[in-house]
Amino acid sequence: MPGPFIDDAQIARARKLAEDITEPIFELIRRNTTVSVERTVLRFFGISDAGAGGVPLANLMVDRLKAAGVLNKGAAYWYGRALQMGARSPMEAVERLTALPAEKLGPLSPEMERNLRDEVRAEARSAMDDFKSRIAQRDALRKELGSGAAPHKYVIVATGNIYDDVDQARAAAQAGADIIAVIRSTAQSLLDYVPHGATTEGYGGTYATQENFRIMREALDDESRKLKRYIQLTNYSSGLCMAEIAFAAAYERLDMLLNDAMYGILFRDINMRRTFIDQYFSRRICAQAGIIINTGEDNYITTADAYDAAHTVIASQFINESFARRAGLEDWQLGLGHSYEIDPYRADTLLLELSQAMLVRRCFPNAPLKYMPPTKHKETDIFFSHAYDVMADLVAIWTRQGIQLLGMMTEAMHTPLLADRYVALKAASYIHRAAAGIDEEFTVREDGKIANRAREVFGRAMELLEECQKDGMVAAIGRGHFGDVKRSETGGKGLEGVMEKAPDYFNPFQEMLEAP
Amino acid sequence: MATKPTKQIIRPYGDRRDDGVVQLSFTLPVPLSEKAKEAAAVFARKMGFSDVKVAAAERAADTYTFFIVYARTQHSLDYAEIDVPEVVVKKLGFDDLNVLIKEKVGRRIVVFGACTGTDTHTVGIDAILNMKGYAGDYGLERYPWFEAFNLGSQVPNEELIKRAMARNADAILVSQVVTQRDVHKDNSRQFIDAAKAAGIHGKTLLLLGGPRVDLKLALELGFDVGFGPGTKPSDVANYIVHQVLQKEGKEDKNVHWEGEPK
Repeated sequence: MPGPFIDDAQIARARKLAEDITEPIFELIRRNTTVSVERTVLRFFGISDAGAGGVPLANLMVDRLKAAGVLNKGAAYWYGRALQMGARSPMEAVERLTALPAEKLGPLSPEMERNLRDEVRAEARSAMDDFKSRIAQRDALRKELGSGAAPHKYVIVATGNIYDDVDQARAAAQAGADIIAVIRSTAQSLLDYVPHGATTEGYGGTYATQENFRIMREALDDESRKLKRYIQLTNYSSGLCMAEIAFAAAYERLDMLLNDAMYGILFRDINMRRTFIDQYFSRRICAQAGIIINTGEDNYITTADAYDAAHTVIASQFINESFARRAGLEDWQLGLGHSYEIDPYRADTLLLELSQAMLVRRCFPNAPLKYMPPTKHKETDIFFSHAYDVMADLVAIWTRQGIQLLGMMTEAMHTPLLADRYVALKAASYIHRAAAGIDEEFTVREDGKIANRAREVFGRAMELLEECQKDGMVAAIGRGHFGDVKRSETGGKGLEGVMEKAPDYFNPFQEMLEAP
Repeated sequence: MATKPTKQIIRPYGDRRDDGVVQLSFTLPVPLSEKAKEAAAVFARKMGFSDVKVAAAERAADTYTFFIVYARTQHSLDYAEIDVPEVVVKKLGFDDLNVLIKEKVGRRIVVFGACTGTDTHTVGIDAILNMKGYAGDYGLERYPWFEAFNLGSQVPNEELIKRAMARNADAILVSQVVTQRDVHKDNSRQFIDAAKAAGIHGKTLLLLGGPRVDLKLALELGFDVGFGPGTKPSDVANYIVHQVLQKEGKEDKNVHWEGEPK
């Protein structure tokens, strides 16, 4: 790899600061649960249907328990109570619980309580076995077919209709895509439920539902077999339903998820506590399911200036990494986000972009990383736009990015046309082929623009990490240090869905996911 | 010699005057084959082109072929007959515009902007308002004589209007990027309804911007103006300054300037 630029000890110091920064957040995570975490527990038990009016049964049940003031014991506990009352199906469990008057929700005898928990644990183990067998199926196909060489080329589909998405995804795979992302419908992140069933109407994308996941993965399995190359599928575990999406995606054998510890707070104004708690459980699921997470630092430099705010990306990546490791994710699962976003009318931007990408590579040598194309400064001159994207292709191969989102020449105009993806894939394949191993041929001088810029950015990232460690994450976000966006601990959406766990809180899935 | 208006017949210019060369690219939903290439040529001829050359036929996917085609058009037009109100005032740059505001308006011009409704894409409003600007053209925040507030994305229309009224804003910028199923039009209409309800319609300048926005659409929806793709912050700045001057009776209503939306 070109250049150390930074001392190992300095990088270790950044990692230690990030550990210190995330530590107090875990106090909060251990003490509390959320409606979304509890709905995820129910989904693990197979409660994935919807009732009248399309309301998910998991929501019906959790809302009822919350209204009765007993959700803090854990949905798994109440699921057990419903079973004891003779429920034979998830629907019956919901009906029995929702029909129960509040005074009937009191504790049982100690022995019955113990038995109940034992029974629920046994059922949870079998649900977990089922879950793991789904993951094993995915891994087997992935191993059998193998993937193309990195950088894995990632393109989006965004028709709003899952069946049209399938056509476009198949076409993209045939043109050389390695990863398909189905963009979600605008503002789905603000829904406090996961929509149900196959959907054909969406704004700016397609609703993330378990059925849509299944339809797309099935089509990609078929396409992968035809192409003799495993095509990965990704979606978005962000917003108010991070953990539920993580479960549904893992269960339907998705390979990656956008999952960021802070993105929802900053860019969707979702409450801080809610996000921190939800991200933990969702990441525990991803860790178990061998899902690669993609983080969203690239977004910081679409709002703030990419040159001036470069250090915030690095600082946030260390923080995201720490959150991820505490949730059991391994380095190979960390698609830490960054991007090629510096204003192209500046001088030296290729050197500056190389510097930034090399710095990220230097700090996270074993993570796949997720490299985003230019978007903010894209122009409607598609020929310029295409040339601009190609430079990002070069930086991606040079710095060995694992995951590369391909820029579209019509970025500034409309969702990609089928041909736009083809043109982008053809160019990226060419650059990746042409420049493979370029990093081993060229040494970057330690006293040049690239190294000096990397040291400058890293130095500023250290200052920010020091400040976050001293004053805490909450204060740092409050001051707008990330993405120029300011948020408060009790502001934003979804705080009402956070509650303190009762002393006898019960969550057998969390127990299993946290078991070493 | 008589000096009556002369005709000015023009055609697209490839590498010779009047050669009429046009470049096209499109995709047909058929597998790549000789038949597909001929279909592309037929398609181009049906559009009225001659000398059709299918330069590239690429297998974009199993059942899709991407074409790049060069062809000549027989069509021409008389440029002298194109009737568009012509430039009267030169578009002013950053420094000159600040001087103009300082000298003729005599106070900072207050501007509020947001990406309203469910739209989360701030790329447009950021390009116009943020310090940095777009394509080397400074955003309104950078102008000392503008006071610009960018409220970000997913701002309810009513909230934007309320905040703007509280600061007695001269102009409100609404950005709409997502256009699926015409959600941008529905939300823009709702904005105008809210502006009317708040009593600022026809008083505060209402600007609509976005990749699928043009002047015609914006006027139809009830905005004062619309800005489409490629708009620079300085275009918006010039527009606002001239409108404020005209509103305050400090400039003739017929003044037009370079870069004005048409």
